[in-house]
Amino acid sequence: MLHAISLAVILSGIWWVLSGLTLVLILGLGAGSILFIIWICHRMDAIDHETHPIHLAIGSLTYFPWLAWEIVLANMDVAIAILKNGSSVRPRLMHIKASQVSEVGLVTYANSITLTPGTVTLDVEGQDFLIHSLTEGSYDGLLTGEMDQKVTALELDKGYPMITQQPVMKDSSEDAPPKPERET
Amino acid sequence: MDIILNIVSWAFIIGGGIFCLIGGLGLVRLPDMFARMHGASLIDTMGIGLILIGLMFQAGLTLITGKLLLILVFVFFTSPTSTYALARAAINGGLVAEVEDDDGSSKQEAGPSKT
Repeated sequence: MLHAISLAVILSGIWWVLSGLTLVLILGLGAGSILFIIWICHRMDAIDHETHPIHLAIGSLTYFPWLAWEIVLANMDVAIAILKNGSSVRPRLMHIKASQVSEVGLVTYANSITLTPGTVTLDVEGQDFLIHSLTEGSYDGLLTGEMDQKVTALELDKGYPMITQQPVMKDSSEDAPPKPERET
Repeated sequence: MDIILNIVSWAFIIGGGIFCLIGGLGLVRLPDMFARMHGASLIDTMGIGLILIGLMFQAGLTLITGKLLLILVFVFFTSPTSTYALARAAINGGLVAEVEDDDGSSKQEAGPSKT
């Protein structure tokens, strides 16, 4: 219920920002479409903590500004590496272990790594990430594990789906038995 | 007041343009496909971010600023996804990453799931 209300508030905000008209007709159409979308999402069983992680909202207020600053610093590092004609470019592949337990937490961490220039998540298998890093600085920055700790602190909930084995797609149940590589 | 706003706004827009330029340079200069993705992510983050912030200063406190903010949010959520899809496509296509050892020698290393 809480998720549905929050979805309605967000959709109303988007409708208002994109239209900006106060005509009764337009606002009525907006309210109608929002209710329709919430009904569809409810039917699809797509309103829950995973598609709509409002439990992360409070933590995000401090996490995203921190991430934005990290992105700025990483941008400087990569920009300098490019301008120096690649003399400080040291590409590496490495495996790191993520400490998040929920899928939302793992996705947030993997996306944060990719969003930071200089590091890209190439593969996620359970809690094991394969990372491609460009420079010495981005490599060391990731190894400190600061981002890992911040994302783990962000996912306050511990009761939501744990990663104990490979996440299995619902529609491919024949692939479900222990088979570490999903892509062929 | 107007002139200060304009100066700040143009500083952001020019800064974003410079980062786009460096990102484009990186796409050409960096050694292999995986390294070039880092150059592209420069454009995705600082380039687009600074330009949109500069445009927000131009728009002032109007709904247009809200729309620009929405663009920023959507770009920041979708660009890692497309980067990941690109990396997967490269790995599945059999591309190997060029990596360097601690002693500085270059070698080829296969991606994770070369099947």
